[in-house]
Amino acid sequence: MAPVLAALPSTGLAQGTDAAAELAGAIAVAVPTDLVFIMNSFIMLIGGFLVFWMAAGFAMLETGLVRSKNAAMQLTKNVSLFATACFMYYLVGYSVMYPGDAWLIDGVFGRLGTAVLEAVGIGAGAADDYGYASTSSDFFFQVMFCATTASIVSGTLAERIRLWPFLAFSVVLTALIYPIQASWHWGGGFLEAAGFSDFAGSTTVHSVGGWAALTGAIILGPRLGRYKDGKVVAMPGSNLPLATLGTFILWLGWFGFNGASQLSLSSVGDAADVGRIFANTNAGAAGGVLAALILTQLIYRKVDLTMVLNGALAGLVSVTAEPLTPSLGAATLIGGVGGAIVVLAVPLLDRLKIDDVVGAVPVHLFAGIWGTIAVVFTNSAASLGTQLYGIVAVGAFVAITSGAVWLAIRAVIGLRVTGEIEIDGLDKGELGMEAYPDFTKG
Amino acid sequence: MKLIIATIRPFKLEEVRAALTSIGVRGMMVAEIRGFGTQSGHTEIYRGAEYAVNFVPKVRLETVVPDAMADQAVETIRKIVRTGKIGDGKIFVLDVGAAVRVRTGETGEDAL
Repeated sequence: MAPVLAALPSTGLAQGTDAAAELAGAIAVAVPTDLVFIMNSFIMLIGGFLVFWMAAGFAMLETGLVRSKNAAMQLTKNVSLFATACFMYYLVGYSVMYPGDAWLIDGVFGRLGTAVLEAVGIGAGAADDYGYASTSSDFFFQVMFCATTASIVSGTLAERIRLWPFLAFSVVLTALIYPIQASWHWGGGFLEAAGFSDFAGSTTVHSVGGWAALTGAIILGPRLGRYKDGKVVAMPGSNLPLATLGTFILWLGWFGFNGASQLSLSSVGDAADVGRIFANTNAGAAGGVLAALILTQLIYRKVDLTMVLNGALAGLVSVTAEPLTPSLGAATLIGGVGGAIVVLAVPLLDRLKIDDVVGAVPVHLFAGIWGTIAVVFTNSAASLGTQLYGIVAVGAFVAITSGAVWLAIRAVIGLRVTGEIEIDGLDKGELGMEAYPDFTKG
Repeated sequence: MKLIIATIRPFKLEEVRAALTSIGVRGMMVAEIRGFGTQSGHTEIYRGAEYAVNFVPKVRLETVVPDAMADQAVETIRKIVRTGKIGDGKIFVLDVGAAVRVRTGETGEDAL
């Protein structure tokens, strides 16, 4: 405080320590409350379009890891599910997730209604939550999280699921499954009351997508020819440059995903915290890459680029539950464990004959669970029991509901393409177009 | 006229093209192929799953030359592409019954 006071022109106030202390105190909180509202809205808008950019990341990553005969279909799924998520979240999900005080079932199920933003050109008095941020920035930020959850599912189920049944599932996931469990936590429901701690969504976003992907993969079944005579048949992806680009895009988007989850940029502490979150998020990714790099070299005698890419993402997921409190070293380590989990889990799923085309289940579900548990290592306000409680509550809810929805869709309209279409490729069979029409067939 | 079909290592293609044109060969066709002979494939690992790569990328070079030039062309190709390691490829020589230059209608060796 002393340097600040020394820099002030002398005023009649700065006489005597009491007055000086009072002035110092006034300066400390003198960020105008308008600016609080503005800065908080700002960080969420920036975070929102960074998280939006993760959709491009998912699209490129998944397209690169499928065979070229299925590339256009994968892109179509990614664009469509994103739009579906945005629409359903507006229509139903936002209000279910953030009912405020108007819960239909207190702490468990929010309210029904479309998302309504504040009117055009409001003044401070008309803001829904003047001490926080604009509803529009809050909605914009949150709709991207919902779309991210839905994106996680499309990678696992690639190369054999039909477009419309997949979108039908996405409708239910984004309108109800995701928002309901998120309301328990971020919406102020029973998980938040219990002290569950998941800063940006290792459980609330990533494991939700992971569970939905896992139940989907089990109910959908593996790709034809994938598991033959007790052996696992490799089906290499068609475009590793795209897969790598997608991973870096996701990495960039994650700074918004974790950083803007601070939901606030209106104090010195906030500014430092958001920076910390960015740096730790980055460290987690780096740790995940290094772990996957070293492990694949040791296990397979060769580094596997696709596993390294998975490692980066698993590292990111691992720090997502707590990107603020760890030191840089701890964040690297936590991410590294996530990367290791992925390298070990990918072949494990294959041994169980669960065909996950891009490794989304290890990356988002397993690393998501790890990240949620790892919170207790650096955040003393969290307890292992409560973390596990949240993990199990969300896990059971999503596994059961998503499983039921998959089964229902399968029974009513079916999930898979025909064997013939699967062999010829979904691009030709489902879309009637090719991703790389000028190339000779690969 | 003889049709010479050679399967060669892809990186040798430019050298072979230059050598053949320098001895008077005035046309050839190439295609990217996969194949195996004595050089069998190997196994790779993708995301923990082993898979056999049975076919190796090669280039198939085809050229039709006058009978008198055939032996020289074959020997030129052989010297250029040989590395001494398994996978150097093979050269086949077939008889060609007829040839036509589309633009002029010339036939036989005049078409080459």
